[in-house]
Amino acid sequence: MLEVRGLRKSFDGQEVLRGVDLRVNRGDVVAILGSSGSGKTTLLRCLNFLERSDGGEMRFDGTWFQMARMSKQDIAQLRAKTAFVFQDYNLFRNKTALQNVALGLTVARRMPKREAQALGRQLLAKVGLADRAEHYPSQLSGGQQQRVAIARALATNPEILYFDEPTSALDPERTGEVLAVMRELAEEGRTMLVVTHELGFARQAASQAIFLEGGEVVEAGPARAFFDHPQQGRTQAFLRGIQPVG
Amino acid sequence: MISERLLGILLESFWQILLPGLAVTIPLTAVSFFFAMVIAVLTAMVQFAKVPVLRHVARFYIWVARGTPLLVQLFVVFYGLPDLGILLEPIPAAIIVFSLNEGAYCAETVRAALEAVPPGQMEAGRCVGMSYLQVMRCVVLPQAMRIAFPSLSNSLIAMVKDTSLASNITVTEMFMETRRIASANTEFLGLYIEVGLIYLLFCTVLTKLQRVVERRLGSYGGPAGR
Ligand SMILES: Nc1ncnc2c1ncn2[C@@H]1O[C@H](COP(=O)(O)OP(=O)(O)O)[C@@H](O)[C@H]1O
Ligand SMILES: [Mg+2]
Repeated sequence: MLEVRGLRKSFDGQEVLRGVDLRVNRGDVVAILGSSGSGKTTLLRCLNFLERSDGGEMRFDGTWFQMARMSKQDIAQLRAKTAFVFQDYNLFRNKTALQNVALGLTVARRMPKREAQALGRQLLAKVGLADRAEHYPSQLSGGQQQRVAIARALATNPEILYFDEPTSALDPERTGEVLAVMRELAEEGRTMLVVTHELGFARQAASQAIFLEGGEVVEAGPARAFFDHPQQGRTQAFLRGIQPVG
Repeated sequence: MISERLLGILLESFWQILLPGLAVTIPLTAVSFFFAMVIAVLTAMVQFAKVPVLRHVARFYIWVARGTPLLVQLFVVFYGLPDLGILLEPIPAAIIVFSLNEGAYCAETVRAALEAVPPGQMEAGRCVGMSYLQVMRCVVLPQAMRIAFPSLSNSLIAMVKDTSLASNITVTEMFMETRRIASANTEFLGLYIEVGLIYLLFCTVLTKLQRVVERRLGSYGGPAGR
């Protein structure tokens, strides 16, 4: 459903993505791995046009786009089919948990408020936060905020979900509750692109894996083979380095 | 020592001064501040959104409005513009000048507040499908106004006092009335202190009000004043 070819992006003359290719089928859970600074965040941001790429093509639902020259309308249409979960949640601070989930529906989709709230409550229940609907983000723990953010991402029923290190801002005790929700989404057959350092989660939930280094895809393939028999030396070294000690 | 005569004058004049205070100073402040806020938000937004051309117009306006004395601005509009055939009544002239002057200061406050809202708020809004203006209206601007609130309140309080300058363009606000009374009975010290105290009273009420509203607004569930 999503295919990317030759995605390039530079910041101030420094090339951060050097021609990334990517292919995601419906129902895939793709784990994107790579050390800090390898371009993972930039890749996701380019896919959702939070950052404008310098070059590359993207196919989404059968249509090819030039990523560097995409019109506002095309971007808006594409965003309507995607959702983004940020590393630091980015919940709307002036809105309650329920409003966070419902806002995109009422404002962007013009869904009647009652309907949007009903759906919002349903999604909050799904992430285990039915009793936190009226809380503001500042009244929630990091793990709870990230789960609200996931509920918000699900509200528009996106075809693909992007996660940028959704648990790395959390205390270790809190990562489990977020990963559990994501595992559930994976089992439901949601298409997900997940940047993560949680190898356990990636092994268990991902169907595909990609290793990024210096803005290039070093290795990509089905998750089982990727984790059990990585072909590239750099991938092997990375996977060894990130294993929990002991 | 306050003589009996002075005490009588002060008591009598208290109501004479308070009346234009309530009838002119406060409405003049309220109306001017309202327009100032409209101007400030628009001016801040075109700069924040980097709207071509308009952002430069905004900078130019702020540069002029903040770089020239309020009193000079009042004189230009009220005594100067008639040379171009533009004759304004004192109160409309005062409202125009106060709105534009205050609007420039508040625009800077609002712009700084907009910049203080984390960019992730806008990005998250765009990602759930809202347009730039929708995110602005529902998410960024409300947060910015909350951030700007204490500072804007200070501007409002300053404006109450600044309206006394309107006496120079024949607006019969509090201070104008005080000057009239004082020149009639020559109790300058007593009367000018009296009007000063009335301004102080107005500002005290506003300060208290600011606290109450600030507490009411809370900060979205967080500790107040965050
Ligand atoms: N907005 C930006 N401006 C300049 N450089 C950036 C920007 N965003 C990312 N970079 C640079 O791009 C590189 C990749 O960053 P990023 O995509 O965040 O990596 P990762 O998410 O894998 O840690 C880094 O060297 C980073 O400094
Ligand atoms: Mg990153």
